[in-house]
Amino acid sequence: MEPHIQVRDLNVYYEKIHALKDIDLEIPRHQITVIMGPSGCGKTTLLKSLNRFLELNESTRMSGNILIDGEDIYALGVDVTEVRKKAGLLAQHPFPLPMSIYDNVAYGLRIHGMCPNGRSVDAKVQHYLLEAGLWEEVKDRLHFPATGLSVGQQQRLCLARGLAIEPEILLGDEPTSALDPISAQHIENRLMDLKNEYTIILVTHILRQAKRLADYVVFMYLGKVIESGLPGEIFDNPQEERTLAYLEGQF
Amino acid sequence: MKKSQIEEGIVKGFMLLSFSLVVCSLGFILVTVIVKGLPALNLDMLIQTPKGGYYLGKEGGILNAIVGSLYLAGGATLLALVFSLPIALFLKTYSRRKWWADYVRLSLDILWGIPSIVYGAFGFTLMLALGLRASLLGGIIVLALLELPIMTRGMDEVIRRMPIDMEEAAYALGATRFETAMHVVLRQMLPGIVTAILLAFGRGIGDAASVLFTAGYTDRIPNSLLRPVASLPLAVFFQLGTPFPEVQNRAYAAALVLTVIILVVSLGSRWLSARMGRYTIK
Repeated sequence: MEPHIQVRDLNVYYEKIHALKDIDLEIPRHQITVIMGPSGCGKTTLLKSLNRFLELNESTRMSGNILIDGEDIYALGVDVTEVRKKAGLLAQHPFPLPMSIYDNVAYGLRIHGMCPNGRSVDAKVQHYLLEAGLWEEVKDRLHFPATGLSVGQQQRLCLARGLAIEPEILLGDEPTSALDPISAQHIENRLMDLKNEYTIILVTHILRQAKRLADYVVFMYLGKVIESGLPGEIFDNPQEERTLAYLEGQF
Repeated sequence: MKKSQIEEGIVKGFMLLSFSLVVCSLGFILVTVIVKGLPALNLDMLIQTPKGGYYLGKEGGILNAIVGSLYLAGGATLLALVFSLPIALFLKTYSRRKWWADYVRLSLDILWGIPSIVYGAFGFTLMLALGLRASLLGGIIVLALLELPIMTRGMDEVIRRMPIDMEEAAYALGATRFETAMHVVLRQMLPGIVTAILLAFGRGIGDAASVLFTAGYTDRIPNSLLRPVASLPLAVFFQLGTPFPEVQNRAYAAALVLTVIILVVSLGSRWLSARMGRYTIK
């Protein structure tokens, strides 16, 4: 199958730090790709390169290409907001927008003009809150501030908000690390449900989570992709010594 | 007694002292203004302009100064807002070079520290050069200059406390810089911004020195931006300077009116920002 995302010869520098080195990667469509590795290995940087978040930091330089559906997202004339609309982000800490629960989900629909007649907004908000597994808990207080939710609920709200812009790709930057175990499991279950429709890329340092979720595994170390492949190969029969060492908990 | 207990006691003492110092000075000011001003205050003071012989103790009121002050401070606050909000948003969202933003901030801080009489003198020179006379317009411009650094730095501090993650959340949804600034940054910051605006308004309405040369003083309510205008601080100043006790008491009455306006504005701003802060992320 044609890969959904192709990373070609990607190099990223933060001022003088060489954060990503010669990354070549193909990310399959409609599967969960888990990027794992010790902290500081560049996995978040790689994730941020996929929705063009790197350029928010002005000291970043990069070279190479990233293609989504064969099109270079860094090519001249590409609208950065379109790239970000294609790739929803679930951050490490949930950050609701300063609006009501309802408006948090509706915001993306509004800025992209996805609901030309206002009436369908209600239906979409409900749909995505259901998809994120939050609807039952918030249906009676949709117009209350999003801050009233627990952290776990906020993360699911952020998921609903991200899904509402109808992305093709979901990027998760350790999205469960700030959550309690039950909320984390909630998010994991959602991701499992969603992978039939979305290409999901998950950064994690939790090995057990990687084993539970991954359809495809990328192991990174010191800014390089050491090894990538199917979970059966990587977890049970790693070809590289460093992968083995990581799996055995040596880092 | 242990050393730590003594330290605790000393610190507690200082806290009590600073607390009572702040509360008492506010209390003393209010009591003085009320005790001296309230007897002289009557309805005529509030709804009449000065009649002939007002400054000798005859009838009339300070409506000219009340309306004049509201015109001056209101106009100046609007004018300052038009400039300071874009400056503050620019400093945060657009400025890519940090040293440049810091330089703007430093300039604003220096402007903040400049005494208002200097603004008055500067405005006066400017008006002479432009051939303007003391007028409502001149007063508004100079007061706006006075308010601008207060308002901008107030907003800037508020906007700088904006969590970067929240902006990134908006960017991740595909919002542009402009949309993020207008829908997310502004909304999160609105309570603080309102506070900054009203703080600047309070400073503007209470300032005497900057309007002394630039706005002039008149017993009438101006019907044009180019006419001179009275103001409450100058009403206090002029009436207190007369040798007649009843007129001096009216100065306290004018001070009372000014204090009440400022009190209403600051209490109102607290109420307003609490209401608007319903959705902000803490």
